[in-house]
Order: sequence, then structure tokens, then C-alpha cells
Amino acid sequence: MSDMEQAPARTPLYARHIALGGRMVDFAGYALPVNYSKGVLAEHLFTREKAGLFDVSHMGQALLSGPDAARRLESLVPGDIQALAPGRIRYTQFTNDEGGILDDLMVTRLASNAAGERLFLVVNAACKQADFAHLRAKLPDLRLDALEDHALLALQGPAAAAVLERHVPGVSALGFMAHDYFIWRGAQLGVSRSGYTGEDGFEISLPADAARSLADLLLLEDDVEPIGLGARDSLRLEAGLCLYGHDIDRTTSPIEAGLVWSMSRRRREQGGFPGAARIQKELAEGVARQRVGLAPDGKAPAREGAEITNADGAVIGRVTSGGFAPSLGRPIAMGYVPPEFAREGTAVNLIVRGKALPARVVALPFVPNRYHRPVKG
Amino acid sequence: MADMFFTKDHEYIVVEDGVGRVGITRFAQGQLGDVVFVELPDVGAQRRQGEETGVVESVKAASEVFSPVSGEVVEVNADLSDHPALVNEDPQGDGWFFKIKLANPAELSSLLDKAAYDALVASLA
Repeated sequence: MSDMEQAPARTPLYARHIALGGRMVDFAGYALPVNYSKGVLAEHLFTREKAGLFDVSHMGQALLSGPDAARRLESLVPGDIQALAPGRIRYTQFTNDEGGILDDLMVTRLASNAAGERLFLVVNAACKQADFAHLRAKLPDLRLDALEDHALLALQGPAAAAVLERHVPGVSALGFMAHDYFIWRGAQLGVSRSGYTGEDGFEISLPADAARSLADLLLLEDDVEPIGLGARDSLRLEAGLCLYGHDIDRTTSPIEAGLVWSMSRRRREQGGFPGAARIQKELAEGVARQRVGLAPDGKAPAREGAEITNADGAVIGRVTSGGFAPSLGRPIAMGYVPPEFAREGTAVNLIVRGKALPARVVALPFVPNRYHRPVKG
Repeated sequence: MADMFFTKDHEYIVVEDGVGRVGITRFAQGQLGDVVFVELPDVGAQRRQGEETGVVESVKAASEVFSPVSGEVVEVNADLSDHPALVNEDPQGDGWFFKIKLANPAELSSLLDKAAYDALVASLA
């Protein structure tokens, strides 16, 4: 390690992580816990059963505002931002001119004010400086305010709504992918009904002091435990969700990644975002490779980078995420293969330590998601 | 009387009648976290001291297990296939990996004794 290397930044909850026995690592420049004393397996299963509290303050939060902000942002992302109603959230990607993905992000449309339309963005920690520079360079007419002093907490799991409602009355009325502001002990909380686990839950943007107080209160609840990055990764993998820099990157297009659902018909037809030529061509003619779920037949996990081979032993792709699925008690993986191998049930091999381990292509997600979608009467 | 030795890579070996029972230490399992899969050598496999003789996978990552001594693998712990968590629950007991017939007992002198290993762990804490 070089002397020039900077010590990782600390989130507002750093002292809590230490006090809770967090095993701290440097993740995207932040000191964050991989797990607490109970370990990844227990934390993962607790989140699926009750509610897990995650410190995701390392993620980039920003307000983008100004005249026509929604239409202007569409020049950088394939998502339909103009159709987003105030208080609604959408998942999209920043694409490059080659149709690859620079980052993936959540966009919330807030109520407009005198200055124009307002959008709340949450981007990946490792990409945030580049994302903000990209926004400032490409949309110089808009105002970008990074919320550097704000923490981000995620409360995820079937008990999340009942628990958070006790502390922040009204939050349980939010539907999946909806956002609203709540005042809690004098602080403004931006609460989103969204997450990265496949469970019902919330992401809460709030000032650092309020984050410490709210986290302390939530952790007093029997139904809440602190959860580290290890379980965050295994939960999102079971939910079939992409991790930037692994399952998606500058070379993978949203179509290859199976993210076509995040584009509206209007955006698919009209284009008008970086790399639209490639993406529209893939929509019309098909892709050369696509992201699939993989289920090894045996017990050995295949991890990121493992080669995927066909029955003849030819390399047809690579695993982009892989590990043990605590909720299933067996290994799972995701990777890219040509479309002729993407059909469910296709037999492939995953090369682990030189051995070809048989696996099958399976549907995503591995564990059914349980988002809060009220049935309309 | 069994003798117990350790490697700097956090394997242990308990030697009795020329056969060593090998596993990873209590400290090592704590560092790895929940063990979900163990790959064991074939019985009859020959290994040199320091050679890879298995793999232990936690939810987080895969780690190689190195043989503390040279010799022939004479038995593997079949219980680990269905119960890899034994490595966490009882790493220096029921969570052992394999037994190896020592080819050169003099190699034991290159390993750490309990006091030296405890000092190593203390320096890492």
C-alpha cells in the first residue's frame, strides 16, 4: 500500500459500525462493514425474515434542477423521465456513445418550484464523481447540488413498513417506487419505497445527525438488525439485480443486461440518448450476448470471472456475479451467454479451479421479489 | 500424546502415530466467516509441504488450504460435504479437513508451536 493512498472516508454511522462489531473494509473509498458479529448468513436471512438496516451513505445523492430538467436528463439516459410523475421513482442508466453503461441510477421526480423541474438522483459510490462531472459538462444549463452532508439508510424486509411507520407515521402509505418527504424530529427525511434486496423496504435520505438518531432508534427494535455489505451483495444477487462494475459496465448495453424494461416504448422508438444507435439496433436485430441466471448442479460456488463453456468445452461467456445463496442453501450466479444458450434449462459448464462444473440457465430472479404493490380494487 | 502445530497461513495439524489431522484454525474461520463449501483432496493424493490441498469457501470468498507437511492423504472429512458449517462451529475438532501420513516428520520443526501461533494471531488483531 502506498503512502499516497488516502484513508477511506467515514460515513456518519462509522462509530456505530465499530460499536456494533462491524468488520470494516474499504469499499469505493468508504470504510464500511462487510458484516457485523452475527455474520453474512444470519444477516441475509434476518433481512428476508424481518428487517435489515443498511448504511448506504457512500452512494452519491444529488438534486438536479432547472427548466426542463426531466427532458434534459433524457439526453443522457434511456429511461422515460418526462413521464415520471412527481413523487415517483424510476431506475435508469447513464449510457456512453457506444451504448455501454457508465453507471446505473435511481431518478425521483420531486415537485417543481420557481426554478423549474427538480430531480433527485442516487448513483453508485464508485461512479459518483464521474457521474456528477458528466452531468455538469453535458447539462451546464441545469443546477446540480450534491447532497454531500446527507446520509442514506436502507431499511429492507417484510417488517420494514410496520417498523418505520411507528417512527415516521405515513411512510407505509407509499407504494413501491414512490417517494415523499416527512419531518422527523425537525429534520427532513426523503423517503423512497425502494431498495436493492428484492424485499419491501425504504431508502431514507437525511442529514447526518438525524441519521445517527434514527438508526439508533430503529436498532432498538426487535425486528431490526444492522446488515453489512456482504449480505447486501447476496440479497441483490438472489433478487437478480445488477451490480455496477460487475454485471454491467461500459461494454454492456442495457439490452444485453436485460434492462429493456427500464425503457419506455417512446424512448426505445425515439432514441435521443447516448448510444441509441446500438441499443435500437439490438432491439431490432437481437443481441450478441445476454445476461442470464445460472444454477450450478453441485455445491461449489462459481464466482465472478469463471468461464462459461458449452457441452463441447468452448468458452461461450463469463460469470459476472456468483456465490452462495443463503435463502436457497445452494450456489447461484449470473453471467453473459449468446442468445442460443440463454433459454431456460440450457446445460452449460462453469469452470472453477480448472474443473468444468455442470450448471443450468435459470430464470431471474432466483428468489421471488416481494415489493409492495397494493392490489388495485 | 498428540502434538499440535500451526502454519503462518492458519492451518493446524495434530500429529498422532505419524498421521496428521489438518484443518484451519479458530482464528481463520473467524476471518473467513460462514463457510458454505469445502473442496477436499482425493484419498491417496500425494502432497508436498505448502502445496494446495483443498479450498474453503465462505459466503465472501474462496481460500486455498495448504498442506502443512508432505505426505499421502489417507482420509478426508466426509461430513463437511453436507455440513460445511462444522468448520465454523468446531474448526479444531469436528471441522477438520483431511488426514495426511507424514513423509518427513522433520518438517514439523518448520511449523509454529501454539505459543508462536498465538503470538502471530495477537499481532494481527
